[in-house]
Amino acid sequence: MPPEPYDVLVIGGGLAALCAALAAREAGASVLLAERAPKALRGGNARHSRNLRIAHDAPSPLFPGKYAVEEFIHDLETAHQGHGDPELVRLLARGSAELPGWLQARGVRFQLPERGALPWSRKTAFFLGGGRTLMNTLYAAAADRGVEIRYDTHVTHLHLEDARVHTVPTRGPEGDAVLRARRVVCCSGGYQADRRALAAAGCPGARHYINRGSPHVTGDLLLQLLDQGAAPAGVPGSCHRVAVHACSPPEDGGIVTRVDGMPWGLVVDVHGRRFRDEGEEITPRRYSAWGRWVSDLPGARAHLILDDAGLQRAPPSLYAPVTANTLEDLGRRLGLPPGALERTVQRYHAARVDGGDDPLAHHTTGLTPPKSRCALPLEGPPFHAWTLAPGVTFTGHGLAVDPRGRIRRRHGPPCGTLYAAGMIMSPAVLGPGYVAGAALTLCAVSGRIAGEAAARG
Amino acid sequence: MTQPNAPNAMETETEAETRRTLHLCNICGFCTGLCAVFRSAERRPALTRADLDHLAHLCHNCRACWYACQYAPPHAFAINVPATLARQRAESYRRYAWPRPLAGLLARSGIATTAVALFTTLLVPLLTLLWVPGEVLFAAHRAEGAFYRVIPWGVMSAVATLTLGFSVLAVGVGLVRYWRDIGRGGPPAVSVWRALPAAARDLFTLRNLEGGGGGCNDRSERPGHTRRRLHHALFYGFLLCLAATIVAAGYHHFLHWQAPYPLFSLPTLLGTVGGLSMVTGAAGMIRLKRGADPAPTAADTLPADYALLGLLLATAATGLLLLALRQTPAMGLILALHLGTVLGFFVMIPYSKFVHGAYRAASLLRAAMERPTDRPTGLSQGLS
Repeated sequence: MPPEPYDVLVIGGGLAALCAALAAREAGASVLLAERAPKALRGGNARHSRNLRIAHDAPSPLFPGKYAVEEFIHDLETAHQGHGDPELVRLLARGSAELPGWLQARGVRFQLPERGALPWSRKTAFFLGGGRTLMNTLYAAAADRGVEIRYDTHVTHLHLEDARVHTVPTRGPEGDAVLRARRVVCCSGGYQADRRALAAAGCPGARHYINRGSPHVTGDLLLQLLDQGAAPAGVPGSCHRVAVHACSPPEDGGIVTRVDGMPWGLVVDVHGRRFRDEGEEITPRRYSAWGRWVSDLPGARAHLILDDAGLQRAPPSLYAPVTANTLEDLGRRLGLPPGALERTVQRYHAARVDGGDDPLAHHTTGLTPPKSRCALPLEGPPFHAWTLAPGVTFTGHGLAVDPRGRIRRRHGPPCGTLYAAGMIMSPAVLGPGYVAGAALTLCAVSGRIAGEAAARG
Repeated sequence: MTQPNAPNAMETETEAETRRTLHLCNICGFCTGLCAVFRSAERRPALTRADLDHLAHLCHNCRACWYACQYAPPHAFAINVPATLARQRAESYRRYAWPRPLAGLLARSGIATTAVALFTTLLVPLLTLLWVPGEVLFAAHRAEGAFYRVIPWGVMSAVATLTLGFSVLAVGVGLVRYWRDIGRGGPPAVSVWRALPAAARDLFTLRNLEGGGGGCNDRSERPGHTRRRLHHALFYGFLLCLAATIVAAGYHHFLHWQAPYPLFSLPTLLGTVGGLSMVTGAAGMIRLKRGADPAPTAADTLPADYALLGLLLATAATGLLLLALRQTPAMGLILALHLGTVLGFFVMIPYSKFVHGAYRAASLLRAAMERPTDRPTGLSQGLS
């Protein structure tokens, strides 16, 4: 006689999963949460996150100013490039407004500017202690409310079919097992940790990528469900990338592996040639812009070349740069073709137009590509270099869901007993795009909606 | 922004690890709301040795950042801020110890504190037994000046003045050097005087043990306020005992009224409440440490913690015992025992974990002097 099935099985252990589990449990369901990671690395990519994008009508202790639901919707529409489901976009923007209160009621704390805690922004609220503290708090709240939590539990297969009771196979350190539940909420994320899957889906350079997030987010369930006829959302093979240090750990490096400061130097490809205007993008979008640009290069690698002044101007960096006394030596140490780096720097210096005291005013003329800002001379010795690689964060290809979070099929009505929330369905709202803090908000809002819907059947 | 110095041959292993750790913290920035350490570290990106010492002394070891850290083991970066800063503090106590030859006592502060305290705790009763005639020592003294019949006032106050005076001097020399070193970074935003109220609030409320609001992670990932309350009990209990001594000295010198004082006199009341509070705090903190999650703890710094807590507990407990039995023939020996613990404490003030209070107060003051230049920044956006 198999054990009594749970009302709701939540697959995943990130923010969407925890919100789904809490919402389902609070609606009266018996809930089992299956997290693939071990306890120490639980929390999916929310571990590496820090802020939620929240609509608010008036200033509050959490935010200065006002960020209307309509403005949030507009920001999402700009980002999703026509791929977002308008109804889900509205649900997300509206649902964001009550999130801080909902999370606070479950023990989550935000950084309050009045306490002198930095940073703060008009559109996003920062967790006190970052994403790992957020997840610790939510795991504690879930355990307190009677959610059963299993770590090291990898759900290996999910049938895209309605069933009175779903029988779900799992693998863990203690061997294979089977979980039984009446309804399943799938919060297992995209496939960015599986470079082969990413390449197969249409991202040829993926094998050169560094995965900034959890190594457990391989997207096997997402890909299986798509194969079985689930309706897709977003763009296959698309993903969000930022420029990171090429020497970062291949997985889980998070925020500190980012490279910044490109406007203060020259960026060359593996042939020692410039390929992009280093002064073009100086807004917060620069991180993802460089991620994209480096992805398109041969071998998906580039080198940021700086002199002492540039190194001083660049934000602190995790890794010490490669340093040499001549450009020739630096080029050799970076494995560039002999003479290439010297030629690039020579041409750059010849094209420089001095901008006086304002560093932003220095630029080049007649150089391709130009350097439109900060075209300061590269004055060594010594010279320094950091090698850049694309660091992937999440995929822009996932499942389409209905407004209750039920997985849509390519043909026929949505599934009655299978739900999806979080990054596995975020492309249905964000498409292949990115809005700071919006993905995390989406995880929480969609998790709540799907969890509650699953509990009510 | 300044990139921190490359590792150099002159630095210790602890220093190199503290620099690696706080440099990563400065890039990450997720913990800035938890306590004063992280925002102060952002102000000192060069992370010189003095910066590292200053940041280590700002850390109250609340351990909230360990549970918050996305880079804590088993992550490859293996960041352990609380343990690393505890080791840096321990090194810093030795670095500023005066006179230099005695710095070695702080290298094995746990053993040294315990050994010296045990020695004085046995020595004073032993000398008392040798010097004081049995009929005096084991008589029940009830009148005014009873204590001084066993151990003369002159002896007691001379020993106390010499040992305490030397200790205050030793702590003072270290503190002045420390203050000079942590102020080399440049002019502060506000003067010492303007920073004093904020620094005093931070010091006396142990605001940095609040984990930004949720409390310390005393035992596990679930935060609470137990440790802060126990430290308050110990610290304020200690201050009450200090007040009792000062009031008693006033009575002695100005009112010519000698101890022991009645149960409901001011010195006795202050001492009794203070002693009970110290016992509660010290015993509670020992218990809390023993039940703590070992992961964020620098095990090598624990003996010094236990030794100081044990010594303060012994001092308070023998004081209370003296109060309870002061009208019995046991008074003489218990007085000697109590004074033995007090002597051990006086001698070890500069060479035990007790010095942490001086350096911490200095760093809180310096941080309060630098803080007003901070401006909100909204550029970094998590995994953007």
